[in-house]
Amino acid sequence: MTKPLLSINDMSIVFTSPDEPDIEAVRQVDLTLTPGKTLALVGESGCGKSVTARAVLRLLDKNADIRTGEIVYDGRDGQVDIARLKPDSTAMRSIRGAQISMIFQEPMSSLSPVHTIGNQIDEIIVLHEGLKPKQARERTIALLDQVGVPGARDRANAYPFELSGGLRQRAMIAMALACTPKLLIADEPTTALDVTTQAQILDLLRQLQDDFGMAMLFITHDLGVVAEIADDIAVMYLGDVVEQGDVFEVFKTPKHPYTQALMSSVPQLQRKADRVRLQPIKGTVPSPKDRPVGCSFTSRCPHAFGPCAGTRPERTQVSEGHMARCHLLTHTKEEALV
Amino acid sequence: MTTLLSVENLSKVYTLGGGLFKQSRELVALNDINLTVEAGETLAIVGESGCGKTTLGRCIIKAQPVTEGKVFYHQDGGQKVELTSLDKRAIKPWRRDIRMIFQDPMSSLNPNMRVFDIVAEPLRVHRICKGRELEERVVSTLAKVGIPADAIGRYPHAFSGGQRQRIGIARALVLDPKLVIADEAVSALDVSIQAQVLNLLDDLKEEFGLTYIFISHDLGVVNYIADRVVVMYLGHVVETSPTELLFERPRHPYTEMLLEALPIADPTRRKGRNKELKGEIPYLGNRPQGCPFHTRCKYAEDKCRAEKPVLRPINGTAQMAACHFAETLNLKGAYDAAPQKVIA
Repeated sequence: MTKPLLSINDMSIVFTSPDEPDIEAVRQVDLTLTPGKTLALVGESGCGKSVTARAVLRLLDKNADIRTGEIVYDGRDGQVDIARLKPDSTAMRSIRGAQISMIFQEPMSSLSPVHTIGNQIDEIIVLHEGLKPKQARERTIALLDQVGVPGARDRANAYPFELSGGLRQRAMIAMALACTPKLLIADEPTTALDVTTQAQILDLLRQLQDDFGMAMLFITHDLGVVAEIADDIAVMYLGDVVEQGDVFEVFKTPKHPYTQALMSSVPQLQRKADRVRLQPIKGTVPSPKDRPVGCSFTSRCPHAFGPCAGTRPERTQVSEGHMARCHLLTHTKEEALV
Repeated sequence: MTTLLSVENLSKVYTLGGGLFKQSRELVALNDINLTVEAGETLAIVGESGCGKTTLGRCIIKAQPVTEGKVFYHQDGGQKVELTSLDKRAIKPWRRDIRMIFQDPMSSLNPNMRVFDIVAEPLRVHRICKGRELEERVVSTLAKVGIPADAIGRYPHAFSGGQRQRIGIARALVLDPKLVIADEAVSALDVSIQAQVLNLLDDLKEEFGLTYIFISHDLGVVNYIADRVVVMYLGHVVETSPTELLFERPRHPYTEMLLEALPIADPTRRKGRNKELKGEIPYLGNRPQGCPFHTRCKYAEDKCRAEKPVLRPINGTAQMAACHFAETLNLKGAYDAAPQKVIA
């Protein structure tokens, strides 16, 4: 077992508002990222997966507060707790973009429309590595070439609007990789792309991970993409990580009712004869304000019983490295029926 | 089976730019489309963005004028109505029979109208009923899609994405249509909500004997819901086939590429790297000569670059493909993607 690069321990994020009660968007999340491995963070919209990722880079809005927990990053200068750093401190700035970088969902809106992609990538290299602009440009061209942008030298002078969606996302990836980060956070990097382009980008990310040996936190709502790229998976529901573990293990034997329900909501690629009717989860995701004190899935869970609404289930180890938060794992069936 | 709708040699050309001294350019969005929709089936139209699938849907209902070609709607008695030749007023009665569900439930409902009025509007426009009867019909339609009667006075913003899509479906169904065109109806929804809406569409089809044209880019969903599939690329129909045959053994290399790229929610069927996916969709304005797909096709030969293949039945089956080598190529389907060795 390699040493973890980043561990999030017991992290809670609270959004405050002057005229409304506080909302706990993420509660007690524990995640571990190891070099060379990909952790997929899965969940439906509003479950807190993007907030978790942004917290790692301290890119949260001003009204968000990391109330408890720590984000221990084992970086170039020894261990630091990112949760205790000021978002605009020099220490944080030397990490953000250089050691930990991020790929955003919508390449069109996260690239500057008035600068060429070459200039935008140069900027990072000049800032973090102190290279001269000319040298930086050479590096930029090499990067663009590496992520598969054809005619990199000319394309570096192109503005984002001149590129297709796939090329824009490649430029975005080149930018994220500019300073060979140790951790790459990819927030829905393929959601806005067509399937063939998506497959190409997933290939590229895997290739780059092999080349650079970086750790990757991959955020997505698409279980197909998870199955394709992840080593580990963490399933989030309404601010809770309800289940996490090895991707093969979790797909084979999902333990939490939410994970099970999520998997039976996706149409399987089967012949007509084998086709089963989808089993959707009843109801909709409640607002975080209405989240039960106990297990957040109580209101939609087909197995909910006694302690679910009132007591929060503990993290229970199912097997080596496979954890889930569900009372059914600690209570026997008879108790559950009472 | 009886044919409900047929599309013959449909083309749609957009004219771009142009001015007093400037030459305008033509953009061919749909090129000579032929297809039929049988009563009671779910016909899926798939393809990547920009392939013309939405334009086709909109041309059928004449939300956009067509440049060339004809769309026929087949009435109960077997009479054909040429929708494309009708003017705005004359087509109105047929719009009762052909309804549309839109992609984005956030922007396809008027935020200033109450849900009741949104669903009642088609009944009012077509002067079908009013007063008590109208109210009953709206409430019962909303109940069928799972919107409770006490919510009908609210505005769209008070509903979640899934509920809004249900309201859009109710608006389409309130006129008792025969044919529903669902344009990416579940694409913007979360998986658990998507499953609810897919099941709802299935149930409603059964209950009302509907026919669907299901426009989607998600082949997993298409495999689940469709009876027949039309694959489009750059404004051309490249393959049409019964769903199972298409996923079993595609006949057009583009279909194979789409299936190859489709991620499957099962890590033991992981496809791994070295996929032979080449290039990107060319810009519509400079469509390649010959077969539109030859620039990305790994089987392309000289013939493909020179000569455009025609859509034709393959070996006497129900499968049709527009590829010079469709009969001989042995393309890979998606059902039996070989399970990869599990790395412990």
